[in-house]
Amino acid sequence: MPGMTITEKILAKKSGRSHVRPGDNVWVNVDVLMTHDVCGPGTIGIFHEEFGKEAKVWDRDRVVVIPDHYIFTADGKCHRNVQILRDFVKAQGLKYYYDPDFITGEPGFPNPYKDPTKTSYKGVCHKALPEEGHVRPGEILLGTDSHTCTAGAFGQFATGVGNTDAAFTLGTGKTWLKVPATMKFKFHGEIPAYLTAKDLILAVIGQIGVDGATYRSMYFTGDGIGSLTLEDRMTLTNMAIEAGGKNGVCDVDDKTLAYVRNRSNVPTWDIVEEDANAEYHSTFEWDLSTMEPMVAKPHSPDNKDLARNCRHVKLDQAYLGSCTGGKITDMIFAANILKGQKVKIKTWVVPGSTEVHADMKRLNLRGVPKDSNEKSIEDVLADAGCDIAPSGCGACLGGPPDTMGRLNSPITCISSTNRNFPGRMGDKRAGVYLASPLTVAASALTGYVTDPREYVTHKIETGTAGVV
Amino acid sequence: MEMVITGRAYVMGDNIDTDQIIPAQFLSYNPSDPEERKYFGRYANSGVPDGQMGLPDGNIRFVPDNAFRSEYAIVIGGKNFGCGSSREHAPLALAEAGVRAVIAEFYARIFFRNSVNGGYLLPLESVERLVEVIQTGDELRIDLNAGVVENLTRKSTHKINPLGDVLPIVEAGGVFAYARQTGMIAAK
Repeated sequence: MPGMTITEKILAKKSGRSHVRPGDNVWVNVDVLMTHDVCGPGTIGIFHEEFGKEAKVWDRDRVVVIPDHYIFTADGKCHRNVQILRDFVKAQGLKYYYDPDFITGEPGFPNPYKDPTKTSYKGVCHKALPEEGHVRPGEILLGTDSHTCTAGAFGQFATGVGNTDAAFTLGTGKTWLKVPATMKFKFHGEIPAYLTAKDLILAVIGQIGVDGATYRSMYFTGDGIGSLTLEDRMTLTNMAIEAGGKNGVCDVDDKTLAYVRNRSNVPTWDIVEEDANAEYHSTFEWDLSTMEPMVAKPHSPDNKDLARNCRHVKLDQAYLGSCTGGKITDMIFAANILKGQKVKIKTWVVPGSTEVHADMKRLNLRGVPKDSNEKSIEDVLADAGCDIAPSGCGACLGGPPDTMGRLNSPITCISSTNRNFPGRMGDKRAGVYLASPLTVAASALTGYVTDPREYVTHKIETGTAGVV
Repeated sequence: MEMVITGRAYVMGDNIDTDQIIPAQFLSYNPSDPEERKYFGRYANSGVPDGQMGLPDGNIRFVPDNAFRSEYAIVIGGKNFGCGSSREHAPLALAEAGVRAVIAEFYARIFFRNSVNGGYLLPLESVERLVEVIQTGDELRIDLNAGVVENLTRKSTHKINPLGDVLPIVEAGGVFAYARQTGMIAAK
């Protein structure tokens, strides 16, 4: 019998089988189900319609509700949707809910949190899930959001589902899955100072296409992945969906365990490794020392080019944020480029979570707690002329028209986010270049798409930022 | 399950992502509210760039201004239909506008799954690429028993792949109905 990949092993275990093969349809037990303000109300509606008005969720400690999408808007329907979540959480007695406590029911634009350490609101779900201890190796996480695959960075099976699937799992704790074949992406060498995981994943998607991993698992491995921080691995697995992948997964190592030990709200987990004789759909290999900073040009994440080939592209806006490129390490990367200089174009900074926002105030450019006479990351970014917005999904997905940083006219933006199909960040005539936080920051300084090697002079240390 | 579906075609291209099918700004409507649900029909396919709206000519609105329903019951797509966001609002929006089937070369998996599990519409796969063969407005007749789509306007016939593994869920009308039929969850 052939061996199994990490994804196959997790699905076998969770379906009570000794072995599964790609193509098998299995019913699995779900460990954690996450929903948010955009898909929660629809999910809750289907749950009650199908299981009854008085129905209870299968396990109130395994349902995590994280409002994050449409928070900073005056759209009353969005505030109403948050209230639907609150009512459901209360009625069900859910343990894990992260309330935007500054949404008070008053009409109009809510007053954002003053201090990111003093709000129950967490920001973007995919960042908040591991921060708050809901992500562990070997588990199955479902979320009503396509970027749920982010959590695969921790060696688990995580994938996005729709409202109906989520409602089914809410009532039963189960879902059916077709076991995907696994594509292996092996990276050799150490990540150079001018690259981040964003460049790696844009190279992968550029090679295999936005449908290149459809119905498949993407496994990122090799010493090159080992050289990445956990946050940077999250950038890789986050964008598995941009190649159509069902999930993305990384090996568990000491960095994973350091993170999970520090955060998990459950004391045990299973470390799952590939079998030596595991079978892969295909294997791709890269040498990190030969890779260059990448962009995805409008209007598709697979429309790849080298950043240096796009030096002529004039930009109107830069955007640093989202689950993909709004983590504390992303902010440290950008701040080290921007320090002591001024941006030439409107540059939005939207922290991926309130923890990221708090760390931006607490840490210095090396990712360690700052001295009283040192500048914080937020100070550096503000001094450079960036507009710093409160945490949330923000303009990554456009959102309501009053969303900060939304592209409300046909302008050109460079962004550390994940998707650039027409209209993704607002106006469907706007053009979005996807790039690493280093490339976004370098481009903000020149007003043109700019290879960060024009600014990066040494390895940017991030310390234990984002881990402890 | 309907075995014959007739209607006019609305032709779209490759990699139609769910932000184009239902732009994010409209996701504040609650699909569980019957009055608000109708608005997903109104804004279905409104994120498609004007030149790609209804191929080959483009600039054909899927749903007229201020209407809730489309005159097109069958959507023709190319590769990777429904990629991007996992929003179930996408198949729901097409269904609210009156779409009963999509025929594409292949689908992004979450859109396919949402269409089947939610019982919104039939996500069918064409054997050959139809985007350049069928034109927006053509009168089509899908015959699932025969596994074909007939183009009544152009007098041509094209094969459709069988639904395969998901047929029992489609026949039941969605994952909840299927789970009840198989005794996995209690009857309503």
